[in-house]
Amino acid sequence: MNTASPEPAAAPPIAAPPDNPLSFVEEIRHLLYASKGNPINTCIQCGTCSATCPVASGGFMDNSPRRIIALIRAGFKDQVLKANTFWYCASCYQCTVRCPRNIDIAELMYGLKRYTVWKAAGNKDLIGPTFTETFVKMILRTGRSYEPVLATSYLFTYGLPEMIQEAQTATVLMLKGRLPLLPARIKRLENFKRVIKHIIPLGDKE
Amino acid sequence: MKTYAYFPGCSLEKMARSYHTSALETCRVLGVELRELEDWNCCGATAYFHVDELLAYTLCARNLAMAEQQKLPVVAPCSGCYKNLYFTRDHLNHDADLAEHINEALAEDNLKFRGDSPVHHLIEVFVKDVGLPALKAKVTHPLKGLRVAPYYGCQILRPRKDKEDVEQPRFFEDLVAACGAEPVHYPLRLTCCGGALIITNREAALSLVRNLLQSAVQAKAAVIVTACPLCQVNLECYQKQVNKEFGTEFHVPVMYFTQLVGLAMGIPPKRLGIGSELVAVMPAIKEARETEPSPAGT
Ligand code: SF4
Ligand code: SF4
Repeated sequence: MNTASPEPAAAPPIAAPPDNPLSFVEEIRHLLYASKGNPINTCIQCGTCSATCPVASGGFMDNSPRRIIALIRAGFKDQVLKANTFWYCASCYQCTVRCPRNIDIAELMYGLKRYTVWKAAGNKDLIGPTFTETFVKMILRTGRSYEPVLATSYLFTYGLPEMIQEAQTATVLMLKGRLPLLPARIKRLENFKRVIKHIIPLGDKE
Repeated sequence: MKTYAYFPGCSLEKMARSYHTSALETCRVLGVELRELEDWNCCGATAYFHVDELLAYTLCARNLAMAEQQKLPVVAPCSGCYKNLYFTRDHLNHDADLAEHINEALAEDNLKFRGDSPVHHLIEVFVKDVGLPALKAKVTHPLKGLRVAPYYGCQILRPRKDKEDVEQPRFFEDLVAACGAEPVHYPLRLTCCGGALIITNREAALSLVRNLLQSAVQAKAAVIVTACPLCQVNLECYQKQVNKEFGTEFHVPVMYFTQLVGLAMGIPPKRLGIGSELVAVMPAIKEARETEPSPAGT
């Protein structure tokens, strides 16, 4: 597994722990631990990723994937973390398979999501982070996903017309037998929870 | 008979029940045994990977380890599950430290990941393992005259697994043709349906769905066929909302490839879960059959 890069040479004596021993670009590079693509510093800013991205070309991202990479490299941390780009990424991997420098851009988007989740630094107006949190908590509790619990994480952020539409769709699906009435659970749930504890030491409260 | 450890995934439990039933029905006819993985857990969809990569791999590895115990290759009908399981195995096989770390956790459930069960998507099993000639031999009710838009979506193809063609794939068209139907070519067959954005960015997702439906309808497709529950739900269940949002009048049935294959093999629609869709499939099938009656007179 990756080890942290060496401590910066002569850090001045300080009372509080250093704010951030790594530069933002380095931090982001470390996030992409499992990605097999090239690091973002090999990007030539050709814009293939942005042009191929269905969400960016639809005009929905405030910063295109190419621009996000430029901002990271220039160290514009705040601007990057506040961007909606990675939360609006659909993980379609179109950019990844087309990048001429073989950079795994979709995986970078995942990395940025994780970064903002950990640092609680993201854009508060987006649904993505809340949805993620609800989803993960649910699976850690039962081992399976359950649509009606998920709905509570986003429905209330909708406007009234959208909410009514969602409710209508849900009713029809329910009538067609396509919505579960009870959440599913895996059988060896206790073992499952212990497995998870090995990875993330969760508090025992939940 | 070829046997697989079958990982249905959460959406097939209910929302995409018809995919599950049609997969089982068609596989039986094709001589493929799907043995459901006992006590499988959610693959994490995209959400775990938003939070913690290590945890995401651990949860997928638990499923893989259970399949290995049975010495069976894994098959997943959902493209998202497939991608997660496939790449978890890939990463763990390339990174012994990661595998060791995860195995320490899995020991709590008396499991160990070794990496010997390959992971397949269900459509791969149909196209490659069963093979199209063998599949064609089972077609008794060819769907002549049915114009079908095969929708690949994302994760069956991307990220690239090996050296396969991710820009101009043909296997889905070939599968449709093997059923006797007519595959139509439309430009957006590989473009994303929005996936989970339908929840996290509805506006963007509805616009992606609109573009896709338009692309298929312009090519005069009578039905869209998918290989993923999330694509099916986005393209079908949100059609009404697309129509409201954009003033369009889409009314295209969206079915699973297993249902198409099942109909071509003469399995009764009900046993394929047909009837639980919001845009009825059968009228399109009947219309095609009426305008072009098959020689067998069906
Ligand atoms: S496609 Fe690759 S090289 Fe081109 S701008 Fe995007 S990340 Fe950079
Ligand atoms: S993976 Fe994300 S950033 Fe890349 S093309 Fe798809 S939606 Fe755009």
